[in-house]
Amino acid sequence: MNSAISKKRRVKTAVLNVLVYICAGIMCLMLTGIIGYILVRGIPHITFGLLTSKPSLINDTAGILPNILNTLYIIIMTLAAVLPIGVGAAVYLNEYATNKRIVRIIELAAETLSGIPSIIYGLAGMLIFVQFFSLGTSLIAGALTLAVMTLPTIIKTTQESLKTVPNGYREGALGLGAGKWHMIRTTVLPSAIDGIVTGCILSIGRIVGESAALLFTAGMANEILGIGESVMPGKAGSTLTVALYMYAKERGEFDTAFSIAAILLILTLIINLAAKLAAKKLRRKEN
Amino acid sequence: MKNLKKSIDVPEKAMNAVFALCGFLAVAFVLVITVFLVISGIPAIGKIGITDFLFGTTWASTAAQPQYGILPFILTSVLGTAGAIVIGVPIGLMCAVYLAKMSVGKSTAVVRTAVDLLSGIPSVVYGLLGMIIIVPLVREIFDLPDGANLFSAIIVLAVMILPSVISVSETAIKAVPKEYEEASLALGATKTETVFKVVLPAAKSGILTAVVLGIGRAIGEAMAVMMVAGNVANMPKLFQSVRFLTTAVASEMSYSSGLQRQALFSIALVLFVFIMIINLILNFVVKRGDSNE
Repeated sequence: MNSAISKKRRVKTAVLNVLVYICAGIMCLMLTGIIGYILVRGIPHITFGLLTSKPSLINDTAGILPNILNTLYIIIMTLAAVLPIGVGAAVYLNEYATNKRIVRIIELAAETLSGIPSIIYGLAGMLIFVQFFSLGTSLIAGALTLAVMTLPTIIKTTQESLKTVPNGYREGALGLGAGKWHMIRTTVLPSAIDGIVTGCILSIGRIVGESAALLFTAGMANEILGIGESVMPGKAGSTLTVALYMYAKERGEFDTAFSIAAILLILTLIINLAAKLAAKKLRRKEN
Repeated sequence: MKNLKKSIDVPEKAMNAVFALCGFLAVAFVLVITVFLVISGIPAIGKIGITDFLFGTTWASTAAQPQYGILPFILTSVLGTAGAIVIGVPIGLMCAVYLAKMSVGKSTAVVRTAVDLLSGIPSVVYGLLGMIIIVPLVREIFDLPDGANLFSAIIVLAVMILPSVISVSETAIKAVPKEYEEASLALGATKTETVFKVVLPAAKSGILTAVVLGIGRAIGEAMAVMMVAGNVANMPKLFQSVRFLTTAVASEMSYSSGLQRQALFSIALVLFVFIMIINLILNFVVKRGDSNE
């Protein structure tokens, strides 16, 4: 069989095969390299003190508690802002809109939003939320900016999930005399909950990893903020990513930077795992 | 009956309006962002003059005689992106071929997990690794005084675009009808020949989408590039410290004022126009790909 193929063809095939395997190998090596390097350099510097204090110039100690809290605050505020809008938009697209052109326009807008780079969001957020709505450089301005940024994700995952809700559910609810809103609230949305959860997980992943959009909206402060304070205008604070950037680029404190990187990496792993589980559940329902 | 009708009608109409509002908010956001960027970007372009701004080769915003030419940034962004594409796309494509056609059993899951995880790593972490690993390495290998240059940025960008290039091209490759492959194999082509000469050309439009997406990601990346490109407003050379459009905006924003600040907004507007053009191309490519099928 092989003798029918000329030597030149055989060599070419072999070379291409090897290249394909090398490239796949590169991906795995790169990932293990990155994870290994960051954990080895970061984990030893993660101490109890680092996690539970704010940076102190007097004692010359590092602390990332403010950044951890800020990241949490921003996640919660962003989701609180984006979820109703995103789910609502998806419901409109899937359940209400009858005009194909309107659907297309909204979907195009969502696609456009997902293509805008985060530095542009940062700038637009600064112009719109920080200056125009005079929220000042604050966590709330950062969260609103990220809400716009994550909107396409929520719309898309919710929409996909809504599409898997069998039409029989809708017909059944309507046939029993439910109004459309009643039907959506009691039948459609509960059946689409896993898509919404997936959207949340993906959004959290983006929020945790985001830095450029927050630099000029949420600021670089390292103070510990209470829950009440965090939603006030003018209360700035840096998330873990922004803090990592400041430690690495501006101050050259690489030990702290690497311990933040290690924390971020672990968070990324967890979020990825959660997203996979949620997606698996979603797929099981589709079949 | 009357009661029922009333109880349905009012909330029904209200909720319809609420949902429609949510839907149109996405459109409104796009419009508002565009309007704000245009309004804040135009004044400086007017004052500096559009040719001086776009084609001026010197950026000296804090000099006594400030000059605002952003050609270095534009060229750096274009060349940096092109470099990242040239390195990243072939590797990504090979990897996609592996995932879609050549992998067996558990190895698929391993490589796919690697790709997923790489796409989730925050850009500042890539920047940090670039600073600590790539920059010193480039300095040693090429015997330079400083390794923070366009080349290091290209390497980091190439790594960063890999996951999206891989997943989009994998989907495209998998969408090619099986009959194409079967016909090619029946004619005596080897499996590898079939993949590279039949499947890949058939998946052309999807792969093109992957490339355009990669361009969009590379041109918009700010933080990682800021940490490895050196950040000096030079005309781009491979081994020189450079500034991208994104980093030009980010690096001076915190201390800028007056015309300098306005000029930064104009740079953002230029970047935004680039992104919008890429979005248009993306829609065009995707649409044409769909109508072909």
